[in-house]
Amino acid sequence: MNLLFHLGRYFVFVGKIFSKPEKHGIWFKQFAKEVYKLGVSSAGIIALVSLFIGAAITIQMAYNITSPLVPNYVISLTTRDTMLLEFSSTIICLVLAGKVGSSIASEIGTMRVTEQIDALEIMGINSSAFLVSPKVFAFVFFIPFLVIISMFVGIGGGWLSSFLTDALTVQDYTQGIQLFFIPYYVTYSVLKSIVFAFIIVSISAYQGYYVTGGALEVGRASTRAVVYSSVLVLLFDLILTQLLLS
Amino acid sequence: MIDVIGINKRFNNKDVLIDVSATFKPGLVNMVIGKSGSGKTVLLKSLVGLHEVDSGVINFDSRDFTQLKHKDRTEIRKEVGMLFQGGALFDSATIEENVMYPLDMFTNLSRADKLKRANFCLDRVNLTGVNNLFPSEISGGMQKRAAIARAIALNPKYLFCDEPNSGLDPQTSIVIDNLIDEITREYGITTVVNTHDLNSVLSISDNVVFIHEGQSWWNGTKEELLKTDDDVINSFLYSSEIMKRLRKYNQ
Repeated sequence: MNLLFHLGRYFVFVGKIFSKPEKHGIWFKQFAKEVYKLGVSSAGIIALVSLFIGAAITIQMAYNITSPLVPNYVISLTTRDTMLLEFSSTIICLVLAGKVGSSIASEIGTMRVTEQIDALEIMGINSSAFLVSPKVFAFVFFIPFLVIISMFVGIGGGWLSSFLTDALTVQDYTQGIQLFFIPYYVTYSVLKSIVFAFIIVSISAYQGYYVTGGALEVGRASTRAVVYSSVLVLLFDLILTQLLLS
Repeated sequence: MIDVIGINKRFNNKDVLIDVSATFKPGLVNMVIGKSGSGKTVLLKSLVGLHEVDSGVINFDSRDFTQLKHKDRTEIRKEVGMLFQGGALFDSATIEENVMYPLDMFTNLSRADKLKRANFCLDRVNLTGVNNLFPSEISGGMQKRAAIARAIALNPKYLFCDEPNSGLDPQTSIVIDNLIDEITREYGITTVVNTHDLNSVLSISDNVVFIHEGQSWWNGTKEELLKTDDDVINSFLYSSEIMKRLRKYNQ
């Protein structure tokens, strides 16, 4: 019953997000701010995580593939496909669910408990559209860039590990990442990430928007935002993989 | 004028407002008083549509707010200014941006004109030199004044204030009270103030509505309030030491 209530309220909330903004000029200003706040400012952490994971995957692959029958370039080929298919979309979105999701839920939740949202409503402003819609569009717009950054940096991290360690040679690595490349993997990854971005922002905003109480409840909403959006990202990863790759 | 006729509101099977009726006239400071938890804030939030009433009528100059669609409500809300208990300034915006906010949303004025209006409103509440500061960088009293400046930016016909003096020292409270009083008379605004600050009631109220356990228990002027022999009101009025002494002194 509770689940149905939240589902219904969530869909009504999402409906309001897509209603026409009061002033387009102000909406675009907000959109630009959110692109920076949610997207550009996340590029650093995404690059850092991708670099180290790309390097670690390469070393792990080299450690596991010891058969003389398997050529060394398979290590970098596997690293590349792991980055393209799963890491740069799903795992990166899980990282972003933590960073962006908690930030959105706590920002909107704090606005709710300090009556700033009520102040917007009193002014006759559709608060859900005004606060959430620029965030949704900004993150959905910017997520493909983050995914592509992650792909490049992750593959670069693998190259770095081949350069700095004796896991495999740089030549093998460079050869492997160019072999059997399927461009659709990038499209698939970007498509997935767009859905995940929408889930992360809308779920987190929903959690923040309906907070009642004080600081403790804002903290709880923030935690719920991360947990629920992470679970849904994983669930939709499965569904989209079945739909897009089968 | 705002006419409230027989409104009822329940939360989780608990009656919070029971058949509340009151009339709030323009150009006067109308005060809603009562103990904490008596239903004052719910009444105020119901008046502005933040809570939907279960039944009853709320007329804003003969326009029944409860029957209006969202779009028509928005039109009335543009005529409403509200001062929240905590100020409710947008903390990611400067004071100037806060005051300009309603102007940005609902007018087509040039930036220079909006700035001029914002500065006028800030001057009106005696707040100068804080335009580029953020709400967290100014005192509670200044935040309340900035919130009043934002509330009057669009020349509202109706001003609602929820516990405007909460958390303020007595001197700053008097400043806020005087501002509310002056603005109400100057612009002929219908002002409704929720408070349990008796000093405010005795200083600036023209009309007092006493709410008790969700009901509009009593209605009158502040002079009548002091003379009433209603036990419920007297136990509220004379619960503080200073009021007890005042009564003793008067007797």
